[in-house]
Amino acid sequence: MSGNATLPADGLIAVVKRDCPTCVLTAPVLAELAVRDTLAVFTQDDPTFPEIVADRIDDTALDASHRLRIEIVPTLIRMEAGREIARTYGWDRAEWERVARTDGIGAGLPASRPGCGARNVEPGILENLKVRFGETGITARRVELGRAEDEAEAMFERGWSDGLPLVAPTEERVLRMLQGTTRDPAEIIGLAPPDLAPATVEKIAINAVMAGCKPEYLPVVLATVEAVLDEPFAMHGVLATTMYVGPVLVVNGPVRQRIGMNALGNALGQGNRANATIGRAVQLVIRNVGGGRPREVDRATLGNPGKYTYCFAEDEEGSCWEPLSVERGLAPGVSAVTAFAGYGLQGVVDQKSRTPESLSRSFAECLKSIFNVKLAPACDAILVVCPEHERTFRDAGWSKRRLYEELYRLCEIPGEDLIAGAKGIAEGGPATLAGTTINKFRPGGLMVVRAGGGAGMFSGIIGGWAASGGRGSSPVTKEVRS
Amino acid sequence: MTVLLDPTSERSPTLRPRLARPERLDGLTIGLLDISKPRGDVFLDRLDEILTERQIAVRRYMKPTMTRPAPLALRQQIAAEVDVVIEGLAD
Repeated sequence: MSGNATLPADGLIAVVKRDCPTCVLTAPVLAELAVRDTLAVFTQDDPTFPEIVADRIDDTALDASHRLRIEIVPTLIRMEAGREIARTYGWDRAEWERVARTDGIGAGLPASRPGCGARNVEPGILENLKVRFGETGITARRVELGRAEDEAEAMFERGWSDGLPLVAPTEERVLRMLQGTTRDPAEIIGLAPPDLAPATVEKIAINAVMAGCKPEYLPVVLATVEAVLDEPFAMHGVLATTMYVGPVLVVNGPVRQRIGMNALGNALGQGNRANATIGRAVQLVIRNVGGGRPREVDRATLGNPGKYTYCFAEDEEGSCWEPLSVERGLAPGVSAVTAFAGYGLQGVVDQKSRTPESLSRSFAECLKSIFNVKLAPACDAILVVCPEHERTFRDAGWSKRRLYEELYRLCEIPGEDLIAGAKGIAEGGPATLAGTTINKFRPGGLMVVRAGGGAGMFSGIIGGWAASGGRGSSPVTKEVRS
Repeated sequence: MTVLLDPTSERSPTLRPRLARPERLDGLTIGLLDISKPRGDVFLDRLDEILTERQIAVRRYMKPTMTRPAPLALRQQIAAEVDVVIEGLAD
């Protein structure tokens, strides 16, 4: 009999699989019941099992098991006039006798034995059944590809891609993705610019699938979308600007280890799935849900490679400083994402400094060159301090606050140096700057994190957007919720 | 057959044609919109002078910041008060 067998309206139903020792143990009991009562035995894995029962029903397609909501095998059910009136699972003689309305079955068997997980609820299979039975609750439009259409090409042609191949967002994959969160698929996380379209958990999950995320990354993706769509981040402007920026994401807290993010060697580079796909998912949400595409509303002159993806974890364990998320007001141990409108990476090479005074001067000189030595204040920035540099501050007992204070002090620039024409460069400010002092950064415009591999005195600067702060984009930190 | 889920907002944006450019500005009210970009005021001040010399009514507006779309109230005010808008886009 095929998998779409109708369920008997009366009598006993048993659901079993050969791969379950308890099902094998109770096979003789099923043979006994088949003699005493009307019994339909549905077999999940091997249609020849149990051999001892004559009339077995092949449920390898698992339709009957799914409709009966079987979770454990063996399961014994009594039906009456099309309604289930009793059920037991595993082997428990007294329970089986109650459901079967008989006595003295299974002589020689132990009194009870736990069952096994049913095939229809195994990961991968359950999603498939929910799709087949139209039970996913997913409301997105279904896009049917033609038989001759290549999946990858079809997605490129529909404009869904950032330029790299995508994972096809099938209903099964999106359903699995949604299991990564307890949030309602219909919940609106924010309005995605430029179209100000609602970014629902479901739409974000679809884009996370395409980006290559695992379901356990979804909470981080959701927190990130929440951050970039928060008003102070000014995602519309970050998208539309002619400058380089896109969302740069720094992840803190236990979620980093849980999903295997990289905070160590090559933390800002390629090769880690979580780092790579979380940043990519957020860009795909802006592209697909918001309608924000390069050379349309995205007016970037050059852009930067980080607009494919720019996401890394902070090396909290290796750092003597408090994590960025804690500095920004969250409790220690809380997982969080900080979104920053930034671009690229400018190296800070210093292999000679062995004192914090010298090294902070190196940092400051490099920071002052962001955009142009003639421009201040320039933009917010993240200073990514590598372990061999952080060691110098640690050994000298410099707190992060101390480093911030020194960097701000060292980033004060004489107004004369910033006047248009000074240093033979036409770029610059008005002559009225003479006699003044201008800081390269607005107060609070610097963020210091530690990341990177153990070897190499190579820190990095992630520059920001000229419109940093209240008039443009401010960094936004959001807790990662389940 | 492969069935995919639509990753987009599933909206078809409505394309609204621009109003035809007026033949002449006489009798019309011109809105000058400063989007808060540096030196936008230099450009718009000059236009203001030229238009005023020609006895064309001018109204001035300003976005709080160039990094965000104009607030709805400002957009509605401009639409209600003027016939033509000129804005200074770049630095």
